[in-house]
Parts: sequence; structure tokens; C-alpha cells
Amino acid sequence: MADLTQHEQDESEALLHSALAGGKLPRWSLPALAVGSLVAALVLNVTTSVAGVAGTLIVAVLIFLVSQTAWSFAVEGRRHAVDRLATTGIYATFLIALVPLVAVLATVIVRGISVISAEFLTTSMRNVSPRSEGGGIYHALIGTLEQVGIAALIGIPLGILAAIYLVEYSASSSSKRLGRSISFFVDVMTGVPSVVVGLFVYTAFILTLGMQRSGFAGSIALTILMLPVVVRSTEEMLRIVPRDLREASYALGIPKWRTILKIVLPTATAGIITGAMLAVARVAGETAPLLLTTFLSQSINTNPFQGPQASLPIFIWDQFTSSTDASVNRAWGGALVLIVLVMVLYLTAKIISRFTGVKKS
Amino acid sequence: MAKRIDVTDLDVFYGSFKAVEGVTFAVEPRSVTALIGPSGCGKSTVLRTLNRMHEVIPGAYTEGKVLLDGEDIYGSDVDPVNVRRTIGMVFQRPNPFPTMSIKDNVLAGLKLEGGRRSKSDQSDIVERSLRGANLWEEVKDRLDRPGAGLSGGQQQRLCIARAIAVEPQVLLMDEPCSALDPISTLAIEDLIEELKERFTIVIVTHNMQQAARVSDTTAFFNLAGVGKPGKLVEIASTPVMFSTPTQQATEDYISGRFG
Repeated sequence: MADLTQHEQDESEALLHSALAGGKLPRWSLPALAVGSLVAALVLNVTTSVAGVAGTLIVAVLIFLVSQTAWSFAVEGRRHAVDRLATTGIYATFLIALVPLVAVLATVIVRGISVISAEFLTTSMRNVSPRSEGGGIYHALIGTLEQVGIAALIGIPLGILAAIYLVEYSASSSSKRLGRSISFFVDVMTGVPSVVVGLFVYTAFILTLGMQRSGFAGSIALTILMLPVVVRSTEEMLRIVPRDLREASYALGIPKWRTILKIVLPTATAGIITGAMLAVARVAGETAPLLLTTFLSQSINTNPFQGPQASLPIFIWDQFTSSTDASVNRAWGGALVLIVLVMVLYLTAKIISRFTGVKKS
Repeated sequence: MAKRIDVTDLDVFYGSFKAVEGVTFAVEPRSVTALIGPSGCGKSTVLRTLNRMHEVIPGAYTEGKVLLDGEDIYGSDVDPVNVRRTIGMVFQRPNPFPTMSIKDNVLAGLKLEGGRRSKSDQSDIVERSLRGANLWEEVKDRLDRPGAGLSGGQQQRLCIARAIAVEPQVLLMDEPCSALDPISTLAIEDLIEELKERFTIVIVTHNMQQAARVSDTTAFFNLAGVGKPGKLVEIASTPVMFSTPTQQATEDYISGRFG
């Protein structure tokens, strides 16, 4: 480079610098844009037909998006402008998606908390007329715990065993057809409407086999509903376990069933538990199948095999349709308890999976 | 303790595809035999047939005889699980069981075969196996930590300790060093020198210098052509194989003209 003059050196350096460098929006640009868009939207609110909090917010977001993209395009170039547009779009849609979730939670907590009391949690609705205050969900709580509990007791092991068969055993050509049929029917089961399942249990078990309307009949319906979810999620988790591990185990002379029990399942435990809990959470709130199988009850019935039994979803529906103030409040209370119940289940599952499964150093 | 292996007319199939054809060779007890050859020539496939791991793949099967001290491991009344307890295997990528501690990893083969042993027996076995794999000094203070928390070379030595804890007659090693750095590779090659006092070892390697350093006998496999089954081209004691091979293909491969 010795033969270039200083001037030419400076020029080439400047070219290199501008080839590498790009413009950047100043750090105050984002807050400034946010404030500016809000102000512009408020102005539009007052002057044009844009109305309401939601309308103003949406207009503000749109103005923000357009102005940010335009400014970024001018200063930073196309790539960064598109990046900023996509980032803002993702954040905005995420917040929009959060709105119903937060709204539901907030509504249930606010409307339900006033009704929760020791009496509410420990008494039933026996001899309490819809119009009067008092009464509680104890009968419904027991019912839901028993029905969902029995369903989980049957459905989770059955689902895990089916998934183990599909992943570990049905690869060889003789049982491939069976594996494919099972897979197909599990997919079909995922789509059956819950009321149809309830109808099936009513027809097959209660009418034909003469079973009583009972908590157990409801459990059968719930088992059918949760089975495909457990099978599919367990299947996914088992497939994720690397083939290396199974081969290492076989090479040690460990038989296949022991390999599955002691190596594959423990490795997949965390995922399996999560899948099982999701399945339980799904059925804990099912109303239609229970309506046809457990019927309705205002009194405590601790025997799931005999007689109608209450449950939280039915309780909520029953109280809500009574449409007196006291009943509607009780319905909200029941909804809150149901949500809390599912949350407790989920947290328990998380704690269990923390202590089992893959050990991290 | 270590046994000899005699392979006669072995054909190996993946479904309808013949991967390896007409392999015949012998492995002497307490020796190291290296299987070398270009990629895809079937050396790993042949290795896996020696402990019946090949049939774990759906649709895979073999024809021919593999005799362990005179007994055909493919006999009709032979249980593959028993075969694998006698013939152990170490794989290319270290694969310690992630849900188990180092101690449990070493004992996995013994515990899961259904043996009950006292606590002191167990610690003896753990120490003996880890010493045998040259890993004891490095992990003796953290036997209860997870097996997956070790470095690559240590994990591979843990897998070797796990394999020798069940006291097999033969140890098969499928490219045990190809995922490791040169220092760990050296450690494992030294280990193989020690292990051959107790076990018969068959090692697949794509590293010819390693085969030259480590093995007593070398077998060269090659493909006849694209899509054709692999064959055993030549087998000889290692010094002879590397200085005066009889086949042209062997000479070409060893001098790096292909592969």
C-alpha cells in the first residue's frame, strides 16, 4: 500500500467503512414512537369515529408499526426495517393472545373469591334452595376428585403401555399392521366429541349392561377422552430417547423389557408426566359426558360405584342455570376451585418430574 | 477366560439388501483384532453380528456361522441376551445412561441382569471396573454425580468400565475413539493394551495408524463396487499386513490411494 497517496488511502478506508457500517435508529426512537403513536391515536379518538379503549389502542399500535417501519427503512435499510416490523408484530400478537387468558383468570378470581369460605368448601347443596345463600361444593369436589382420579388410574397406565407398544414393539414387520391400526384409532379417538363419548357410555354401559348412573360411569367416559392424549404425548417422549441408549443397554445383555422399564422410561419421565397431567387437566373440566353418566346430585356421595354423583363442572353448570344471584356466585366459586385444582395437579407433576428423570450435574 | 471367535461364511442382510458376503476369519483369544476398510464396506456391520446386535434393527438378519469357543451363537436354542452378556460392546459415541450416577452406570449391567449383590460387593466391582478403565483416580470422589457430566474421553472410559463390569469374554469396540480428541484417544489405546491381557478384543477403526499401533491381527474389508456387498479381502498379523500385504487393494488402501 506504500505507493498509494495518503488521500487515496483515506478514500479506500472510507469505502471499506461504509461497506461494513449501516445506520442505526437512536435509542430514544422506540419510546418516542410509542408516545407519539398513542398521542396520534388519542387525537383520532377525539376527532374521528375511532372509539373505545380497544379501538384507540389498536389504532395506536397500527400507527406505531407503520411509523417505526418507515423510519427504520429510511435510516437502517430494508432488512432491519422488516426485522423490526416482524418483532413488533410478534410482540403485539402475543399480547393480544394473552388478553383472553388474563381476562378469564381475572374474572374468575374476582367473581369467585367472594364466595370462597370454609363453609363453601366443606358443605354440600343438600336442602339448600337455589335462591338462598350458603351451601357449598364439597359434594362436587369429592365427585370430581374421585371421577378424575379413577379415570387417571385407568387411563394413564393404559396410555403409557399402548405408547410403549407402538414405539418399542411394533416396528418389526409382524406387528406393524397392529401398530398402524392402533395409531389410526388413537387419532380417531382424539376427534370424538365429548358428548358422543358420554352417549356411548350411557348406551353401552348404563342401558345395555345395566350399570348404574354413577361416578364410575363418568370415569369410563373420562378415560376414553384422556387416552389418546396420553398415548400421543408418551409416544413422542419415547421417540425422543436416543437409540444409542437402547443399544448400549442391549449390548450389556439387558433384556428388552428391563431396558424399557429401567432406561427408556426413566429418561422420558419428565415428558410423560407432563403429557399425563395435560390429559388430566383436559378431562377435569368436561361437562357433557358427565351429564349423561353421573347425572346430578345435591348431596354428598362418596361411593363412585353407586348412585349419581356430583362433580365440579356439573355443579358450575347447574348453579349457573339456576340464575339466581346466590347460585351464580356459587358457580363462579366452583369455577375458581376447579382452576385451582388443575393448577395444583400441574404443580405436583412438575415437582415429581424435578426429582426423577435425567440428572443434571 | 477370554474366548476365541470363528466366523464361517457369514452373509449379512438388511432386509433384502445383502450388505456383507462370505466372511470367514478367526479371532484368537486375548488378542486385539482390528477391522479396517473404507466407509460403507461393512466392518461395523460385521462387528455387530458378533454379538447379535445386528438383529436389533428391524428386518436385519444373518446367514452363516459365528462360533464362540466352538458354540454357534446363532444356534436355534441360543438366547441373544445371553450372547450379549458374554460379548460386550463399546460404541462410537459415548452413551452413559443419563438418569444414573457414575456408580449406577458401572453397575447397570449387573443390576439389570437381576443379580443381587451386597453393598460391599458393589463397591468392589465399581472400583475394579473403573480402575480397569483407567478412570478410578479421576472420579473416585464423585461416584454419585451424573454420568453425563464427564468429558467425552471420560464418558467413553465410563462406557468401557460399564462393559467390563459384567466380565464378558470378548469386548467389541466400534470406532471407540473417533469422537474423541488425541489425548483421550491415546488414553484409550493404552487401555486396550492393558485390557487384552484379560479379554479378546475386536476393534473397528477407520484410522489405519491406530490399527497399526494397537492390534495384533488386522482384517481388511472392501466393497466390490457401488451397491455390491462388502467382502473380507485379507487378514494377516498386523506387522505383515502393513509391510507386505498380498492383495493389491489392501496395498492401495494402506498407502492411502483410496478410502
